[in-house]
Amino acid sequence: MLHLGLIAALLAAHFLLPAYHHGNLARVMVLASYALAYNLLFGYTGLLSLGHALFFAAGLYGMGMGVQHLGLGAGAGLMLGIASGAVVSALVAALALRTSGVAFMIVTLMFAQAGFLTILHFGEWTRGDEGFVLAQAGRVLWGMDLSAPGTRYLAALVLFSICLLLSLALVRAPFGRVLVAIRENEERVRMLGYDTQAHRFAAMVASGTMAAVAGAVYGMLFGYVGATFASVQYSILPLLWVLLGGAGTVLGPFIGTLFMFYLIDLSSGLTTAYMLIAGVALVGLTLFAPQGIMGEVRRRFWRGLP
Amino acid sequence: MSLLSVRGLTRDFDGLRAVDGVDLDLPEGEVRALIGPNGAGKTTLVGMIAGRIAPTRGQVIFDGRDITRLPAHRRMRLGMAYTFQITSVFAGLSVAENVTLAARRRVRGAGLVQAVTQALVRVGLEARADQVAGDLAYGHQRLLEIAMGLAQRPRLLILDEPTQGLSEGEIEGFQALVRDLAGEVTILLIEHNMAVVMALAERITVMAGGRILAEGTPLEIHANRAVQAAYLGGGDAADR
Amino acid sequence: MEFGPHLMLATLEGAVTAAVLALTAAGLSLVFGVMRVVNIAHGEFFMLGAVLAWWVTQAVAGPWGFALALVVAPLLVGALAVAADVTILKRLSYDPERTIVATIGLLYILQQLTLMTYGPDARPVVAPFNARIALPWLERGPDGWALTWPWGLGITTWKLTVIGAAGAVLCALWLFLARTRVGLVMRATQADREMATAFGVPVERVYALTFGLGAGMAALAAVLIVPIQQAHYLMGADPLLLSFIVVIIGGLGSLPGTLLAAVLIGLSDGIISVFFSPTLAKILATLLVALVLVFRPQGLFGARGR
Repeated sequence: MLHLGLIAALLAAHFLLPAYHHGNLARVMVLASYALAYNLLFGYTGLLSLGHALFFAAGLYGMGMGVQHLGLGAGAGLMLGIASGAVVSALVAALALRTSGVAFMIVTLMFAQAGFLTILHFGEWTRGDEGFVLAQAGRVLWGMDLSAPGTRYLAALVLFSICLLLSLALVRAPFGRVLVAIRENEERVRMLGYDTQAHRFAAMVASGTMAAVAGAVYGMLFGYVGATFASVQYSILPLLWVLLGGAGTVLGPFIGTLFMFYLIDLSSGLTTAYMLIAGVALVGLTLFAPQGIMGEVRRRFWRGLP
Repeated sequence: MSLLSVRGLTRDFDGLRAVDGVDLDLPEGEVRALIGPNGAGKTTLVGMIAGRIAPTRGQVIFDGRDITRLPAHRRMRLGMAYTFQITSVFAGLSVAENVTLAARRRVRGAGLVQAVTQALVRVGLEARADQVAGDLAYGHQRLLEIAMGLAQRPRLLILDEPTQGLSEGEIEGFQALVRDLAGEVTILLIEHNMAVVMALAERITVMAGGRILAEGTPLEIHANRAVQAAYLGGGDAADR
Repeated sequence: MEFGPHLMLATLEGAVTAAVLALTAAGLSLVFGVMRVVNIAHGEFFMLGAVLAWWVTQAVAGPWGFALALVVAPLLVGALAVAADVTILKRLSYDPERTIVATIGLLYILQQLTLMTYGPDARPVVAPFNARIALPWLERGPDGWALTWPWGLGITTWKLTVIGAAGAVLCALWLFLARTRVGLVMRATQADREMATAFGVPVERVYALTFGLGAGMAALAAVLIVPIQQAHYLMGADPLLLSFIVVIIGGLGSLPGTLLAAVLIGLSDGIISVFFSPTLAKILATLLVALVLVFRPQGLFGARGR
């Protein structure tokens, strides 16, 4: 109910918001989809990845390179982006899941860094740090021009709704319950006869693929593909959004993303050192509110909040 | 016929031999207690049976099948269940959900709710089904642990020190529960409380220093000199 | 230049890199070894050392200014790290995962504060002495073997000093750990925290000291290298990555392994980057770290089991 309410509110916002915030909210919804993807792995399975930018970028570049260099249409481009995300996350998961805890964090960080550097290395095609702008013609899907603000907003809303409802369904399904149990006590789950390694693998591929969907759609809607999105910063941001909103809650990622987006947006008007906010938030959250906003709500008011 | 057979099972930790060439046969339907002083290798032995610890050498045969190489979760699916020595229920989930996780490997759909209720009724926790497991009293958490074992409908139920930390009354309830299960399920019970062992076990296996010291009925074990010596010499737990 | 002299030059440059890297990585390794936490902000302590060296040499001109910087920068950075340990890490009970998240936050805080105060420019610091020494090369001419002086083959006195100073500091560190009471206490804490606590070791103070010492070493390394590299607010990323590589390949927390790996990586980095593109070298290095963690977590030189 709550979740449908949020979707309805976002739809209403489409007609009410002034242009500036309308554009921002479209961006937030796509980034929140990325955060939802991150939350699947971090919030529900308890695996802290420092390399999700790799999956986001796999989607972004899979789509962007397809449209730019292979001359694919928007639909095929998106598909290519999603497929590359699935492949990359399966590869990384197969290797990284042999480790756990701190080693897992470092391994994912290193893989993502290698991915980022690879994009720079092939600067001839990727245009490296500078990135490239997608041609208008490549951004038309089923006759809809995704670069127009109205369609863009609605497309972002569709993406976000799908990711939100999918997350919700996944968490309520037996599969999701096992993931939560793995987060709480992996050894016990194993001794109940579950193949925890296979569950983790599936969770990581699902999370990575959803991140790639967000990446591909982001590039499609905003027309820009650049290496920044593969950098460490874009691995840290979803962690920050999810921590802020509340890990392991369905609504948390959206709230965290919205909040952080506007904080950074406001402060970047004042200073170039806007990432200071992110740093302070990270330290403050780990110290004082590891549950995040929705986690606190759940703890204090509503224990059944999904 | 033996449900579980163990042959020459050995495990070294950094040059220390925790379990040394153990042979064990557990007939179907029996309630067997495994006792021994602290550090005798009991938990390591059942750890190898359940697949939590890889043996250095030896074989584990379950229901006529060599399962030495199988990972723990596959062994559980073959019909084992293991309850932990240290209470390890899922503290953030509800009682019913804990048991549901245990039961779902076996049943899906409509039968699931029934199976969960059954297991909870058996340990007397049905009234607390909706409570968060972490909020339960310690004794109730131990019962929940057992309910999870039951919900798996195992053929072999391994209970690792199930009465540790329970009150007198709770221990009596536990004994009644095991008597109720006897014949239905094969039980391997690691236990320090000798009163519980004497009351429940059909046969007792005694370990010391990583080896099997003796095996027999409670009366035989009670009279066994070597067992008494092992407890008096190296142990502290004979009458705990 | 011929291949031979070229290689020799690369080796010398590599030795400078190796010396600085050994210092930086030894600091990271010490922190990981004793405290069992990964300090992502380690590179920022390095950067702060370089920036502070610039401030000090601006305030006090001449060689004395640089000598002062050599003392002041590590001390200030060390004090800052102790403060961070007491206010942040201690309150997280040194939980490995939360500590990583908090030190990521710390990274952004330090980096962005530097951006706000010191600014975005790279600024040079002049070495107290910097004479050039041309180096001879043995070559077979028409009259048999002869010493030649190839153009471009040479090293500066400052670079030699950096190598010597780093060696001296590392020897001092070794003596400190091996021979002093405080060093003994640190090693005892590393071996078994619970036992150390039981024997009345003030573990919290040992941790604060270790964190400060580790950061101070990074700062010292930066002061040594800053006449060659210039001070910049983003300069912490490379030393962090390289230290990671060294510490992981050397075997987590093992100081001899770390030093051996530092020399190896430093030398090969110098040599590789002469012949290959630096980006490609970094890609291979990051992948190597990830794969070592996955398949040989005890490091390439570490002993098996533990």
